[in-house]
Amino acid sequence: MEETALGLWGVPLAILAGAIRVSTPFIFVSLGETLTERSGRINLGLEGTLVFGAMSAYAVAVLTQSAWLGVLAAMCAGAVFGLLHGFICKFPKVNDIAIGIAMMQFGLGLAFFLGKPFIQPVAPKLPSIPLGNWSSLPQVQAALTINVLFIVGLILTFAIAWMLKNTRIGLILRVVGDSSDAARAMGINPNTVRLLATAAGGALAAIGGAYLSLFYPGSWNERISSGQGLMAVALVIFARWNPKGCLFASLLFGGAGALGPALQSVGVTQGYYLFYAAPYVLTLIILIMTSSPTTRLSGAPEELSLTK
Amino acid sequence: MTKLPSISRRHFLQTTLAGAAAAATPGLLSSSAFAATPLTIGFIYVGPKDDYGYNQAHAEGAAALKSIEGVTLVEEENVPETVDVQKTMESMINLDGAKLLFPTSFGYFDPHVLAMAKKYPDAQFRHCGGLWTKEKHPANVGSYFGYIHQGQYLNGITAGYASKSKKIGFVAAKPIPQVLQNINAFLLGARSVDPSITCQVIFTGEWSLAVKEAEATNALIDQGADVITCHVDSPKVVAQTAAGRGAFVCGYHANQSALAGDKYLTGAEWAWGNVYTDFIKTMQAGKPIGNFVRGGLKDGFVKMSPLGKAVSADARTKFEATQKTMLGGNFAVFKGGLKDNKGNVVVPAGKDYTEQAIELESMNYLVEGVIGSVA
Repeated sequence: MEETALGLWGVPLAILAGAIRVSTPFIFVSLGETLTERSGRINLGLEGTLVFGAMSAYAVAVLTQSAWLGVLAAMCAGAVFGLLHGFICKFPKVNDIAIGIAMMQFGLGLAFFLGKPFIQPVAPKLPSIPLGNWSSLPQVQAALTINVLFIVGLILTFAIAWMLKNTRIGLILRVVGDSSDAARAMGINPNTVRLLATAAGGALAAIGGAYLSLFYPGSWNERISSGQGLMAVALVIFARWNPKGCLFASLLFGGAGALGPALQSVGVTQGYYLFYAAPYVLTLIILIMTSSPTTRLSGAPEELSLTK
Repeated sequence: MTKLPSISRRHFLQTTLAGAAAAATPGLLSSSAFAATPLTIGFIYVGPKDDYGYNQAHAEGAAALKSIEGVTLVEEENVPETVDVQKTMESMINLDGAKLLFPTSFGYFDPHVLAMAKKYPDAQFRHCGGLWTKEKHPANVGSYFGYIHQGQYLNGITAGYASKSKKIGFVAAKPIPQVLQNINAFLLGARSVDPSITCQVIFTGEWSLAVKEAEATNALIDQGADVITCHVDSPKVVAQTAAGRGAFVCGYHANQSALAGDKYLTGAEWAWGNVYTDFIKTMQAGKPIGNFVRGGLKDGFVKMSPLGKAVSADARTKFEATQKTMLGGNFAVFKGGLKDNKGNVVVPAGKDYTEQAIELESMNYLVEGVIGSVA
């Protein structure tokens, strides 16, 4: 029986596997939120968008038997949610945080309402690439069975980082985020830019939802997200509005989340509630360590209502 | 600060309006007393009604009541185990006129059901799983539950034959007596086939956490477990993840064979329809309904999924023989001299606990051979 068990080596492997499996929704939501926040607006509604994305992806995948059509449907739905948020926030004296909370509840409620008939059916899953065939250990093979969306997330991280730094679109986004007045002087309409940035953010967040319902854990029910969308929004601040930071934070969060089950599986069974708190404790520790009483948050867009 | 007596607005309106209405229309209330006794029953679920699990099992039981004459069913799903459930119970009693409530989730009992039972002494509350005692709890409350650990013991038998690694896994929600009974029975069933088998348990800490359940299933399989079962509200994720990794699956709550295909061995299922029908028939006959209702395989509270293709002939023989003894009503899963996984004797020598044994309902240990801890 020992040849199939990994013993303590299972823990680092589980953390690695967990980082890959669990982090993908965090990557997409936090990248989406980075785009939105860089334009100077905060969309707290991404939890709703994530859950609605999960539902619409699952529903469309069940109806069409195509997981990719499901992802496409989620993207469209997420973009619509983003557009709605962006449109409402255009009006003067509208608070984007309050609208975000309203949009979150709206997305959750609508997803539960429309998703009722899809809890039972089984949808086709998104394909994954087995990168672990070099190993004879089934555990390693399973850990390295990497979903296509994770790879898309990796590429997107670097693409967005490059885009923000080197392209005209990135420049416009940053100008709008840092100073509406400067943007207007350049002949840019900040509201239009923010509308599009929120729509793009919503579409990305919904892809994260599609990953939840169509790959891991791979089923639709009303508790599928359990707050991951909200946590991802917090990760953006943790990552200092930097796409590569988002990737790192998501991987860290995913890996820390795998710690609890992995430790129990090797026989460290006392105090599992504490291990389940590990990702949150870790986030707190890093935020406290990197905070400073004298300087303001570095990298924060100046127009963001959070930092104003 | 002085504390004002708390009367909710709804409660105030209800009592005053009902009094006024009754005074104004004396003939109206008695005119509906023909045909079968009308009875409104409320069901409250913690999750969605079609989750392949706990809530689905109850909802199927509730659906069996629709054919009974005079019965009106009101249902609400996704009610958290918080003060929300009190609001739901109040509105079912006040607005829908429910006379009998089934708040089905474990965490509803204390304090929520108890509080509502004191406030509405005319309504009956029957809670699934809670431990009702005559001395401590109101008389209009009661609890019902099934000895489903018998089913987990039978699951364990098929698992014992199917396991090659001699290691089986259990994804559990919270370390409460009902869950611990199932974990222990699953291992004891497997050990009745091969005493060297161990069972690894992972607690997720919540009734429904899809991602954590998937992670727990993966962690168990990574550590060599090759048969997986669970006690969470919706076994869908566990069944799909385990079957996807090539491990065998024993079901729980409802039949998950559609999710695990050939990897499905068997499953311990609820048969609440029988239980609820009994409650309603008794109540319509005007008799008091039981406060402490229990039953197992023999009483039709619990049933097994049909055996899967992967179950061997030997396993089938032992499974059927054990099931037959259980149906006879004299099978003790927890036998005298049993030790917990810390080495303490938990069942006194020479004393077998059959399923009715009240000691089982306060179980707080994992038996020898289970790798895990309750805290």
